[in-house]
Amino acid sequence: MDAFAQQLVNGLTLGSLYALIAVGYTVVYGIVQLINFAHGEVFMIGAFGALSTWLVLFKGQTGLWVLPIMIIGAIIASVVTAVLMERIAYRPLRNAPRLAPLITAIGISVFLQEFVRLFYGRVPFLDFPDAKQKVPFPQIDVVTGKAFEIGNVTIQRSAVFTVGALIMCAAALWYFVNRTKMGRGMQAVSQDPDTARLMGINVDRVIVVAFAIGAALAAIAGVAQGLQVTNINFKMGFLAGLKAFTAAVLGGIGNVWGAVVGGVTLGIVEAMAVQFIPGTFGGSPWKDVWAFALLIIVLVFRPQGLLGAKVVDRA
Amino acid sequence: MPQRSVVMIGSSLVVASLALTGCGSRSSDSGTSSDSGSNKVAKIGVIAPLSGDLAALGKGIQNSVDLAIKQANESKAIPGWTLEISAQDDEAKPDVGKNAATKLASDKDVVGVVGTLNSSVAQSVQPVLAAADITQVSPANTNPSLTQGADFATAPKRTYATYFRTCTTDSIQGPFAAQYLFNTAGIKEVATVHDKKTYGQGLVEAFTKEFEKLGGKVVAAETINPDDDKYDAVISKIKPANPAAVYYGGEYPQGAPFSQQMKAAGLNVPLMGGDGLYSGKYMELAGATADGDLATSVGAPTDTLASAKEFVDAYGKGGYADPYEAYGAYAYDAANAIIEALKTSLKDAKSAEEARKATVEAMSKVKFSGVTGDVAFDEYGDTTSRVLTVYGVKGGKWEAIKTDAFK
Repeated sequence: MDAFAQQLVNGLTLGSLYALIAVGYTVVYGIVQLINFAHGEVFMIGAFGALSTWLVLFKGQTGLWVLPIMIIGAIIASVVTAVLMERIAYRPLRNAPRLAPLITAIGISVFLQEFVRLFYGRVPFLDFPDAKQKVPFPQIDVVTGKAFEIGNVTIQRSAVFTVGALIMCAAALWYFVNRTKMGRGMQAVSQDPDTARLMGINVDRVIVVAFAIGAALAAIAGVAQGLQVTNINFKMGFLAGLKAFTAAVLGGIGNVWGAVVGGVTLGIVEAMAVQFIPGTFGGSPWKDVWAFALLIIVLVFRPQGLLGAKVVDRA
Repeated sequence: MPQRSVVMIGSSLVVASLALTGCGSRSSDSGTSSDSGSNKVAKIGVIAPLSGDLAALGKGIQNSVDLAIKQANESKAIPGWTLEISAQDDEAKPDVGKNAATKLASDKDVVGVVGTLNSSVAQSVQPVLAAADITQVSPANTNPSLTQGADFATAPKRTYATYFRTCTTDSIQGPFAAQYLFNTAGIKEVATVHDKKTYGQGLVEAFTKEFEKLGGKVVAAETINPDDDKYDAVISKIKPANPAAVYYGGEYPQGAPFSQQMKAAGLNVPLMGGDGLYSGKYMELAGATADGDLATSVGAPTDTLASAKEFVDAYGKGGYADPYEAYGAYAYDAANAIIEALKTSLKDAKSAEEARKATVEAMSKVKFSGVTGDVAFDEYGDTTSRVLTVYGVKGGKWEAIKTDAFK
């Protein structure tokens, strides 16, 4: 029972991280039917944004008050990247065949990875570490450090931060989508962009906002990842992005709550697979296999994902 | 349809990443250009990770070989010949390493290669260099099967006549760690974790065998995926078994975060590993809780050896940007072993290519007093030196705890 509870905690932590990233895939897909494969890199750049903020402003400080500013730094880095990406790479391809933006997304993903790998350590006037290797991430008081023990279950502080961040982001997102003018505009564009445009909604603006929201959540996930694993690297976005994309499809791509449910489900399945599947096919090496097996099974019986895609696929 | 896109994108991402790694082998030829007037040129190649997670170790190897070559040229060790270095990046990946080896083999001037760092890369490099009769001396490969074949434990058989190494193997390093934990530290119950790479798995297997023979108990045996960043699930599985130490087979980019996460998850026991953990970068990634962690490494500590002092001084004067790290001294000895063999083989040779075979033959007779001790090779190409050291983390630094010859 202890093992189950412990792995549930682990899975929930991992899943919250996936969910935070997955929202970015799903929001963009819901509006423009584009799978933004460079989103994993937005997550990576968020983590590097936080690290850069810390290095420039607070090097050596570990007080909790540093954290909000690091998160803001992360969000700025990610949002600027995502908005530029939309502007330069995706907008000119808005009416191109669907394969073109997909290939572009992969290109941007490779470009961003290599950009960070080659140039992060060479920023002029700033003494940034070389990003060709894993870079240590600052450990902030309160959110890292001694874990909480409840019975025999260990809950790490960074895990509490991650799950808390997901809950707060989900609540803010719910408010934004349902209660603000822009949020309702997004809903309208996702249902029918042409009619929405006729109703006076600025579709371009809505699309930029969709990218920005996804990027902001990915940035928070980047900070959470840095706090949890204490190091970041230029390729961290690749696998995390792939998993988050899986989570988005699992929950029903285009559906924001689907991304959250899909992410948490995926995380828990991975953790449980390590613990409870015995023999050759069990343990850590097989966890990804089980995660993707789950995806296939779900898609066979529910092609629209767990919660179902809310948008109609128009392509 | 989103589902179809999954497959499509998944496969194209894989292709994209393959293409990316494929063209990622950067070479950096920092040749020595002194008095190359009428001299013939022979090159010593280096295959090591010069970028990526293990770049710190790889750069140390490259620089140390560079130093050995510069010194040989200065002292005109081989009359009529100028030595040059040709360093290739293997990114710690077998396929990239193989490309690097092919590139070196097709260069007519290459007579010997120092490398690789990773045993898994060596496996794919060995056949390429062997086919071209190029001598390969590894400063860091510790997997026993590289010299003694897959059945090294029962029926050792030399696999490639061109392959030598200056470091001891896992079949010695693993048991050495087991003896230290059981006899010296008095730990009777351990958990083992490895990363499924040739090096990590070999180390853990050799450790487990000896530890159980001594009477110890392995209470949990797990593996991790080296591409992962989070090891929570594995750690949670080990923790209820209450090991008194965790033996980790793998390298510091995963081992150090594993140590950190293990302690953050409340499993406050020392993590012990092989020479793959013994790097200055370990502390950066493992953080403040690394104190008490242990690592074995081949040979006696470089900076305490009298014979190594000259090397350390010369390296310092060489103006290299990166420290020599765990394998610098071994790479230096490896390069000097090749140079020693070249003294015989290049003497009457018309071209470097012609001397390749003679170099391999001369290697088995090489014997000199190197930086890490006496350098000589046995009938399998392994070093005859069996000295190892246990290091422990203390106050954010590796400190030598015990140096001993393995019995």
